[in-house]
Amino acid sequence: MWTALWNRLAHPGHFLRWSGATLPWLAAVSALLVAVGLYLTFFVVPPDYQQGDTVRIMYVHVPAAILGMGFYGAMTLSAIGTLVWRHPLADVSQRAAAPIGAAFTLICLVTGSLWGKPMWGTYWVWDARLTSMLVLFLIYCGIIALWRTIEDPSRAARAVSILTLVGAVNLPIIKFSVNWWSTLHQPASILRMGGSSIDSSMLYPLLEMVVAMTLLGITLHLQAMRTEIYRRRVRTLLIRQAERLDAGAEGAVPVARVAASLPVGQAI
Amino acid sequence: MDFGPYTAFIAGSYGFAALVLGGLIVNGWWDGRAQRRALAELQDERGGRP
Repeated sequence: MWTALWNRLAHPGHFLRWSGATLPWLAAVSALLVAVGLYLTFFVVPPDYQQGDTVRIMYVHVPAAILGMGFYGAMTLSAIGTLVWRHPLADVSQRAAAPIGAAFTLICLVTGSLWGKPMWGTYWVWDARLTSMLVLFLIYCGIIALWRTIEDPSRAARAVSILTLVGAVNLPIIKFSVNWWSTLHQPASILRMGGSSIDSSMLYPLLEMVVAMTLLGITLHLQAMRTEIYRRRVRTLLIRQAERLDAGAEGAVPVARVAASLPVGQAI
Repeated sequence: MDFGPYTAFIAGSYGFAALVLGGLIVNGWWDGRAQRRALAELQDERGGRP
C-alpha cells in the first residue's frame, strides 16, 4: 500500500498537483514561524552569560548549518534513487536541492565567521569543523557546475549522483570533527549524549527557528522541483519543435522566441 | 534593541542571511514564472497537444 501511495505521490503529474495545492500554505506557515522565531531571537531570548548578545547569531547560524547538511543528506538519498531505481523525480529533487543547500551552507559559513570574530578574535581559522563545512560548500558548487556542464539531464543526473555519493563521506566528518580533533569550534551542544547543554530559555527558541527554517527550505525545494519539471517539459517541446523545423514542417517557428524568454545562461 | 559593540556582527549576520534567502526566493519565483510562460506558449503553438 505504501509503495503504491509513494509511487502515486512521486509521479511528476501528481506531484505538480499536490505540491501546487500545498505550497501557498507551506509558504504562509514558514513566514509566520520565521517571524515568530525572529521575535523570540531579538526580544525574548536573554543574552548569554559569557558570549553576551553575540549568542543571537546562533539562531540563524545553527539552523543554516543543519539545513546545509540536511539538504546534502536529501541529495544523497535522491542520488541513490537515481542510480538504483531511476526514479523520475529523484534527479529533479537532487538538482532542485543543490542551490538551496549551497545557500544555507554559505549562510552558515558567513554567520559563523561573523560570530567568530568577537568570540575567537578571528573571522576564520583552518579548524576541522570550519574546513569540512567549507569543503561541503565547494562540493555543492561542483555539483551545480556539473549540472550546467552536461546538457542532457539524464546523463547529468548519473554523473552528479556519483559525485554526490562520493561527497557524502564529508557529512560524518563534519558532524564528528569536533569529537575526532581538537577544534576551536565548540563540541555538539544540542544532539549529544546526556541531553542538550543549552538552557531551555535559549533551546526552545532555537528549536523554533530550526523548524521555521526547515519549513522554508522545504517550501523552496518544492517550488524549485516544480520549476525543474516545467524546464524539462519546455526542453522536450523545444527539441520536438527543432526536429520539426529540421524536417521542414511549416508553422513550427517559435523556438527562438520561446527560448529568448528563458533566463540567460540556462541550458535548454 | 541595542547590542552594544556586537550590533554590527549581529546585523551583518541577519542581513546576509536575509539577502541570500531573499535572492533564492525571488530567483525561484522568477525562474518558475519564466518556465511556466514558455511552456504555455509552446503548448498553445501545438494546439494543446503535449
